[in-house]
Amino acid sequence: MEQLNVLGLAIPALPLLAFLLITAITAKKKMLSAVLSISCIFASFLISVYLLILQLKAGHGASYEFSFPWLFLGDVKMSLGILINPLTTVMLIVVTTVSMLVQIYSIGYMKGDYAFSRFFSYISLFSFSMLGIVVANNLIQMYIFWELVGLCSYLLIGFWWFKPEAAEASKKAFIVTRFGDFGFLVGILILSYITGTFNFAEIQAQINAGLISPGLLTVIALLLFSGAVGKSAQFPLHVWLPDAMEGPTPVSALIHAATMVAAGVFMVARLFGIFSASPHAMLVIAYLGGFTAIFAATIALTQNDIKRVLAFSTLSQLGYMMLAMGIGGYTSGMFHLTTHAFFKALLFLGAGSVIHAVHTNDIQLMGGLHKKMPITSITFLIASLSIAGIFPLSGFWSKDEILVNIMESGHMGLYYVAAATAFLTAFYMFRLYLMTFTGKPRDAHAYEHAHESPLTMTVPLMILAVLSIVTGFAGIPGKEQSFYNFLFFGAHPHETHFNMGVALSSSAIAVSGIALALLMYAFGLIKPEAVKNASGPLYKLSYNKYYIDEIYMFFIKNGFFVIASAVKWFDRHVVDGAVNLVAFLCRWAGSKLRLTVNGGVQSYALIIFGGLVFIAAVFAVWNPDALKLLGGR
Amino acid sequence: MAEFLGNIPFLTIIYLMPLCAVIALFFIPGTNHKAVKVVSLVFSVLSFIMSLLLFISYDYKKGGLQFVEHFDWIPAIGVNYFMGVNGINVALVLLTGIIITAGILASWDLNYRPKEFFILLLMLTTGVYGVFMTYNLFLFFLFYEIAVLPMYLLIGIWGTGDKEYAAMKLTLYLLVGSALILAGLLGIYFATGLHTFDFDKIEQFAFDPTFQKIFFPILFVGFGILAALWPFHTWSPDGHASAPTAVSMLHAGVLMKLGAYGCLIIPVWLFPIGAKFWLPVVAVMTLVNIVYGSIGAVKQTDLKYIVAYSSVSHMGVVLLGIAGMNDVAFSGAVFQMVSHGIMTGLFFGLIGMTYGRTHTRDIHKMHGLAKVMPVLAVFFAMTGLCSLGLPGLSGFVAELTTFVGVYKTFPVWTIIAVISIVVTAFYVLRVVQIVFLGPLDAEYKDLKDAKFTEIASLSILMFFIVLFGVYPFYIMELIHGSVLPIAAKIGGM
Repeated sequence: MEQLNVLGLAIPALPLLAFLLITAITAKKKMLSAVLSISCIFASFLISVYLLILQLKAGHGASYEFSFPWLFLGDVKMSLGILINPLTTVMLIVVTTVSMLVQIYSIGYMKGDYAFSRFFSYISLFSFSMLGIVVANNLIQMYIFWELVGLCSYLLIGFWWFKPEAAEASKKAFIVTRFGDFGFLVGILILSYITGTFNFAEIQAQINAGLISPGLLTVIALLLFSGAVGKSAQFPLHVWLPDAMEGPTPVSALIHAATMVAAGVFMVARLFGIFSASPHAMLVIAYLGGFTAIFAATIALTQNDIKRVLAFSTLSQLGYMMLAMGIGGYTSGMFHLTTHAFFKALLFLGAGSVIHAVHTNDIQLMGGLHKKMPITSITFLIASLSIAGIFPLSGFWSKDEILVNIMESGHMGLYYVAAATAFLTAFYMFRLYLMTFTGKPRDAHAYEHAHESPLTMTVPLMILAVLSIVTGFAGIPGKEQSFYNFLFFGAHPHETHFNMGVALSSSAIAVSGIALALLMYAFGLIKPEAVKNASGPLYKLSYNKYYIDEIYMFFIKNGFFVIASAVKWFDRHVVDGAVNLVAFLCRWAGSKLRLTVNGGVQSYALIIFGGLVFIAAVFAVWNPDALKLLGGR
Repeated sequence: MAEFLGNIPFLTIIYLMPLCAVIALFFIPGTNHKAVKVVSLVFSVLSFIMSLLLFISYDYKKGGLQFVEHFDWIPAIGVNYFMGVNGINVALVLLTGIIITAGILASWDLNYRPKEFFILLLMLTTGVYGVFMTYNLFLFFLFYEIAVLPMYLLIGIWGTGDKEYAAMKLTLYLLVGSALILAGLLGIYFATGLHTFDFDKIEQFAFDPTFQKIFFPILFVGFGILAALWPFHTWSPDGHASAPTAVSMLHAGVLMKLGAYGCLIIPVWLFPIGAKFWLPVVAVMTLVNIVYGSIGAVKQTDLKYIVAYSSVSHMGVVLLGIAGMNDVAFSGAVFQMVSHGIMTGLFFGLIGMTYGRTHTRDIHKMHGLAKVMPVLAVFFAMTGLCSLGLPGLSGFVAELTTFVGVYKTFPVWTIIAVISIVVTAFYVLRVVQIVFLGPLDAEYKDLKDAKFTEIASLSILMFFIVLFGVYPFYIMELIHGSVLPIAAKIGGM
C-alpha cells in the first residue's frame, strides 16, 4: 500500500508546491503562475479520479489510512495523516473539479489584474488547505486545515485590500468564523481528554463501545458543530458570508459557494459517528439547518446585488444540507453537497461573467443580456433550473432525496419548511435570471458594452452545466451502482426509494415558484412594486436582512467596546494607580522622615531616649520576667 | 558531535561572546558607528550560530543536564561555577541568540551614542545567556541582575516619550522582584543546610511543607513580576512604549522569559507541595492575564501599547501552562516562551521600523501602508496571524499544547482561556486593517519599504516562527524530555 501513501499525500501536496513556487519564483510571470497552478490541481484531480475508481472497486467497507507523527508529548500524540474512504473520494472529486474549473475561468476573469500571480498562489494555498481537511484522519489535522482555509478565505476576500469594504469584509469573515472555531477547539479539547486520542477511527471505536456518557457526547457534539456553524455560515454566524462577496467572483464560486462553506457539512459527515450518537445534537442540527434554509431564502427574495442573491441562496442550501444531516440523511446531505457544488459554482461563475461584461453587480441595471451573452445565459438557466429542483436536473434528485428523508423521519414541520424553501428558491432564482437576462435593458450604456466572455471563461461554464445536469443520475434511487450504495454511514446503505408523491409535489412547488417569477418579472401581470408595497414592513425586514448585522454591531459597540474601555481604564487607573500610589507613599514617607535628620544633637538625644523607653516597655510587656532583671518584683 | 563539543567549555564561550564584543567596543572610537555595529553584529551572530549548534547537538534521547562545566569558586559558601543545559535551556539559549542578532540588525540605523547603546545591550545579553545556562543559584542571581539593570539606562537615555518615568518605574518594579527572589534564594540556602547553591543538590532536598507554602509565593511573585503576572504587569506597557526598538525586542523577547523560566525552574521544581497549594490561585491570576490582557489591547491606539497588552495576554498562556502542573502543560509553557519571544521580537521590530518611517505609533494616523511598504505589511500580517494562533506558525503549537495540557488540571479555566483566540483575532486584524489596508494616506506616499538589514532581521525571526510552526517535533522532544522530571516531582504525569 506504499503507493496509496504517496498518492494520498500528493493530492494536497501538489497545490502546496504550486503555492510555494509561485510565491518564490514565478510571481513576475503571470501566465506561468496560472499554468503551474492549474497543472498541479489537474494532477491532483487525476489522482482523485484514480482513487475514486479504486474505491469503487473496493466497495464501501474499504478504508485506508496512515499517519506520521507531527507533535508527540508522552501520551498526547498529534499526527498528520491520510484517510481514504468513500467520503474522502467523493469530496476530493468535488474540490479538485471545482477548483480546477474555477482556476481556468480565472485566467479570463482576472486578466489584467495587477496581482494575477498572487491570486493563483492564494487559490493554490486554498486548494491545499481544503484538500488537507478532506483527507484528514484526525481532529488536530482537521482543525489545522480548518483554520488555514479560514486564512485563505481572509486573504481572498481581502484580495483587493485597498478597497475599504473588502478589508472590512475579510476581517469580519475571519472573526465571525473564529467564534465557531472557539467551540470547535473546546470540543476537541474535551473529546481528546476523554478518549485520549484525536484519531477518528479510535474515537468512533470508543463511542461504539459506549465509553462516553450520552450527556457529555451531546455537549461535545454541539461544540464541534459550532465550528460547522461558523464555517458553513449557519444562523446565527451567517453574517460574514454575504459580505464575503467583496472578493473576486471566482473566489466566491470556489470558496464561498462550492467548497469551503461546505466544509461544515463535510465535518458533520466525517464525525457522523459522534453526532448520530446524540439525538439531541442531531435535533439541533436539523432545526438550525431548517431555520437557516428558510431564513436565508426569504432574504434572497429582495436583494438586488446578483452576488448577494446567490450568497443568501448558498446559505439557504447549506441549511438544507445541515437539515438533511440532522435528520440522519447522511447520504442525501452529501449528495446535495455534491450537486450544489456544481450548480452553485456555475451560478457564481455565470454571475462573474455578467459582472465582467456590464461592470455592475446591480440586477436593476441589467436586463436583456441573453442576446449579448447566450452561453452565459443558457448555462445560468440550466443551473437555475437545477437549483430549483426541476426534473431531471441534478438538483431535483438531491433535493428530492432530502425531502423523502425528512418525511421518513417524521418531522413534518421540517418537511413543510423545506418545501416552502424550495418554493422560495425557485422564485428568487428566476427573479434573478429574468431580471438579468430577459426583458428590456434597463441601463443602455451597460448593455451597449456587454459582450460574451472569452472561451477560458465560457468553457468552464459549459462543463459545469453538463455536470449540473448529469451528476443527479448518479443518485437515482434503486440503481445498484448509485451514489447511495457507495457512500453511506453504518453497515448498510440507507434504504432509498423513489417517492412519487414527494417528487410530484416538489416539482409542483418548483414550477409554481418559477411561474410566479414569470408572472412578476416576465409578463408583468403582477407588479413587483405592488407586492413590495403590499408587504410593507416584511419587505423592509427582508431587504435589510432582518437587521441582524445592526443588532450585532449594537452589541459590539455597547457591550464589547464598553467592556474593553472599562478594562483599559481599570488597568490605567486602578491597577497602575495602586503602583503609583505605592511610589507616592514611599516618597511621601521619605520626605517626612527626612525631617528627623536635622543635625540637632538635642533632638537626636531625645529620640534615643524615647527609643530606649519604647524598647524597654515592649520588652517588659512581652516578657514579664524582664521586670525582675530591672529590679522589679 | 556532543562528545566533541563536550571537551570544550561550550556554554562559557556562548555567553562570553557578547562580553567579548563589549570589551572590543571599549577600544573602538564611538564616532565610528559602522565599526561599532559590525563588531556587535559579528559577535552576536557567532553566539547565535553556537546556540544553533547547541540546539542540534543536545542529545535529547539522553536528556538531563549536558555540556556541564563545574568548578569550585567560593567553596566556603557553596558558590560554584556550574554551567549546564537541559532541553528547556537549549531552546531558550537559541531564542536569545535569535533575538539579539535580529535586535542588532533592527537597530542598524541608531545613530545616537551607538557605542554605549550596544555595550549595554550586549551586557544585558550576557546576563540573559548566563541565566539560561547556570545551575548555581548564586550565579543565577548574579546573571539575573546583569540582565535586568542595563534596562534602566537603555530606556532612560535612548527611549521616547515619558522615558524617565517609564525607566524608573520598570527598574524599581523589577528590583522589588529581585528583592523577593534574593530573599527566597537565601531562604532556600539556609533551609537546606547543605551549604551549597548548586541546584542539583538542592533539588534533591525535601523541603518542609510549611516552608514550601511560605516561600513558593515569594519566589513566584518575584519572578512573576518580570513575566508580567497580573496584577504586577503595569510596568510592561509603559516600559515597552518608551523603550527603543532593540530594547523592546530583547525585553519582551527574552527578558520576560527569564521571569517565566525562573517561575518554572525554582519555585515549581523545588517546592512541589507549595506548588500544589498555590498554583490553583496562580491559574486564576493567569486567566486574568490572558483574557483581561487581550481585552485591554482592544481599545488601545498606540501600536506599542497594543503589543504590550498582547504580551501580557500571551505571557499569561506561559504562566497558565506552568500552573497546569503536568508535562504537556509545562511543554506548552516553554514552547510559548520561545514562540512568543520570537513573535514579539518581530512585532516590536516592525513597529520600530514603521515608526521610523511615519513618526507616529497612533493607529488612527496611518492607513493603507501596505501600498508603499508591502514587505513590512506582509511581515506584520504574518506576525499577527502567529499571535492569533494560526496553524503553521509557532503560536498555534504553543497554545494548543498548553490548552491540551492545562485542560487535564483546570478544564473550566482552560475553556475560558480559549476565548482569547477570538479576542486576539479581533484586535490583531483590526490593527492590520486600519494601518495597512484600505486607501493610503497621501502624506505617506513617498515612504520606502524595508531595506536589507531590516529584511534580514525580520527574516531570521520569521524563519523560526514558520519552522517551529510547521515542524515542532524536534524542539518539542527537547522540551518535553526536560520538563518530565519537574512534572514527575509534582505528580502530574
